[in-house]
Amino acid sequence: MSEEAFEAVGDYKYGFHDPENHTIRFDKGLSEQVVRDISELKNEPQWMTDIRVKAFKHFEERAMPDWGNCNLLESINFENVTYFLRSSDQTEKNWDDVPDDIKNTFDRLGIPDAEQKWLGGVTAQYESEAVYHSIREDLEEQGVIFLDMDTGLKTHPELVKKFFGTVVPHSDNKFSALNTAVWSGGSFIYVPKGISVEMPVQAYFRINAKNMGQFERTLIIADEGSTIHYVEGCTAPSYSTDSLHSAVVELVAMEGAKIRYSTVQNWSNNVYNLVTKRAVAHKNATVEWVDGNIGSKLTMKYPSVLLKGEGAHAEVISVAYAGEGQHQDAGAKVHHLAPNTTSNILSKSISKNGGRSSYRGMLQVMPKASDCRSKVVCDALILDENSRSDTYPTMEIGNSSADLEHEASVSKVSSDQLFYLMSRGFTEEAAMGLIVNGFFEPFTRELPMEYAVELNKLLELEMEGSIG
Amino acid sequence: MLRVENLHVSVDSTPIIKGLNLTIRRGEIHVIMGRNGAGKSTLANVVMGHPAYEITSGEIHFQGRPLEELAVFERARAGMFLSFQYPAVIPGVQVGTFLKKSVASVRDDPPKGRAFRKELNEAMSKLEMDKSFLSRYVNDGFSGGEKKRLEILQMLLLKPSLALLDETDSGLDIDALRIVSKGINEVAPEAGCLIITHYQRLLDHVKPHYVHAMIDGAIVKTGGPELALELEERGYDWLDAAA
Ligand SMILES: Nc1ncnc2c1ncn2[C@@H]1O[C@H](COP(=O)(O)OP(=O)(O)O)[C@@H](O)[C@H]1O
Ligand SMILES: [Mg+2]
Repeated sequence: MSEEAFEAVGDYKYGFHDPENHTIRFDKGLSEQVVRDISELKNEPQWMTDIRVKAFKHFEERAMPDWGNCNLLESINFENVTYFLRSSDQTEKNWDDVPDDIKNTFDRLGIPDAEQKWLGGVTAQYESEAVYHSIREDLEEQGVIFLDMDTGLKTHPELVKKFFGTVVPHSDNKFSALNTAVWSGGSFIYVPKGISVEMPVQAYFRINAKNMGQFERTLIIADEGSTIHYVEGCTAPSYSTDSLHSAVVELVAMEGAKIRYSTVQNWSNNVYNLVTKRAVAHKNATVEWVDGNIGSKLTMKYPSVLLKGEGAHAEVISVAYAGEGQHQDAGAKVHHLAPNTTSNILSKSISKNGGRSSYRGMLQVMPKASDCRSKVVCDALILDENSRSDTYPTMEIGNSSADLEHEASVSKVSSDQLFYLMSRGFTEEAAMGLIVNGFFEPFTRELPMEYAVELNKLLELEMEGSIG
Repeated sequence: MLRVENLHVSVDSTPIIKGLNLTIRRGEIHVIMGRNGAGKSTLANVVMGHPAYEITSGEIHFQGRPLEELAVFERARAGMFLSFQYPAVIPGVQVGTFLKKSVASVRDDPPKGRAFRKELNEAMSKLEMDKSFLSRYVNDGFSGGEKKRLEILQMLLLKPSLALLDETDSGLDIDALRIVSKGINEVAPEAGCLIITHYQRLLDHVKPHYVHAMIDGAIVKTGGPELALELEERGYDWLDAAA
């Protein structure tokens, strides 16, 4: 990377970019032909091509969401996006075989290092496809499938066909339709009955090219009594033009299974991040979304859980940090469809330097779902007068036996807290950093330690040079 | 160490401190007593640099430098320490992390890693504090006594050259009072100390060189330890005429 590029990066540590070397790059713009071309290039079965085309048609007809940030949504120019970009012809199993530029990028992001120390498997996606993929042998021997989605479709078509689009149908919203039409990459995971995957597996998504659209598709199936912890991270270069990230994530937790899905999203400020994440939890299953949203221009993301089986449990912990020019519209949705289901939602947001964060939540209890319990807590911290925080909770309660709690708070950093910390030698910025880290602590303590440390550093960096 | 000359301080343009003089040298323990609302905490806060208080006239020198040159964190780094009457709660920040970072920002040659942990353990056992303190959040859900102990722990670790202790003894039982006094006595020989208190019982453990009576924003009488006894017995009314 050139010095020049480095300077342009500013505070965002991951804003560097590589030269754009690719083996296949589609022209900008979207049409049915582009959709068919992607499918053909990937040599997909006909049924997948058909789903894509159907989804594309729906995308064309479907209106934009009428919530979130309508102005920003309307400003997306779908014709100025590159929908497919292949940067390496193979998915490698060995980092040394990954093209140098790309390998350097992932080195800087610390992925190979993390893999050695504490991960059970890694997928590294660069632009549209995975450039590196590996899983620990012992997991493979136990029958755990962890693949990039393209390979998953090739090697396990029947399993993919059975679940693809069952949790998030293409017709769910405009962006799930878009993703279904042009999806590429993402993770495919199947954990067999009774298998507990102790070490987390990780996927890392990196956008490098300008005006790139990244549309990964992830499907995780945890069979009866199994457990898995999946971690995803993402970054992109800082460009003056926009990029689009629109993923779909589907989780299926069978009876007694447990899935934890942790995200630390740290997109640069030019990325639209419009993601649909949803899980189905069967009898006595647990699904946990641990969702951190730090960067991006606009994020609209509401991880959701359908509590379908009796005794199922959902846990959604999310944090959002909205700095200058950023809007984080995040939250959670939980649908209690069966009796004795329980859920906890904790949402924390920080707005600073004119940033805007919104909590948008949905809690639904169906008439048949008796004796459900749910607790929703939303805390917002506003760091200055120009910043904004809103809460849009929706509750649809169809069964009067439900035990529900809802708490919301909006706070500011008090001058007594700052004074106390400054009297202990902290500069005002460092004091702010500490308070902010403390505010997010209920989230960070749920992350693997390495991520928590990184996130805290990131937030401290965000507090620098902006107090006056 | 600390020289306060004809100090006047206002809050929201209401005068609180009205012509206060005080000089503290290294190794001296000063006690200030006075009614609630006399301006004792205001004095401590203004010396530490709380932004809510405005110095309308007079001067404060710390280690020979005019105090206004120093930001709050710089005062801390220069060796000033305030044990708060009401320490702030910092949710989500563990005591251990906070202490480590604070020591690293204040001390010139901060102990690291194992050396820090050793020092921390020693200080905590001196104050009879349980290890579990370290993983709790700073002052969050602490009892009054726990808060005061944490203040003293910080003082031991930060090794100040000027310690301002604002009602650190209030609300402590006899055991806690003894422990807190131990902490004060450890720091005192190398530092200047200003102890704000209502109770002479602290002086069973800590021997002051000077006791000052503060009335309505000024020191109206200065004496030795016997003055503390007299103030506790007679109250402050007999001094009102002097104010
Ligand atoms: N931050 C503040 N804002 C408004 N009034 C204050 C503030 N601090 C102190 N005061 C007022 O100044 C006076 C002295 O208070 P203080 O210094 O706390 O007294 P003491 O510590 O001697 O009890 C009181 O009348 C109090 O209400
Ligand atoms: Mg007071």
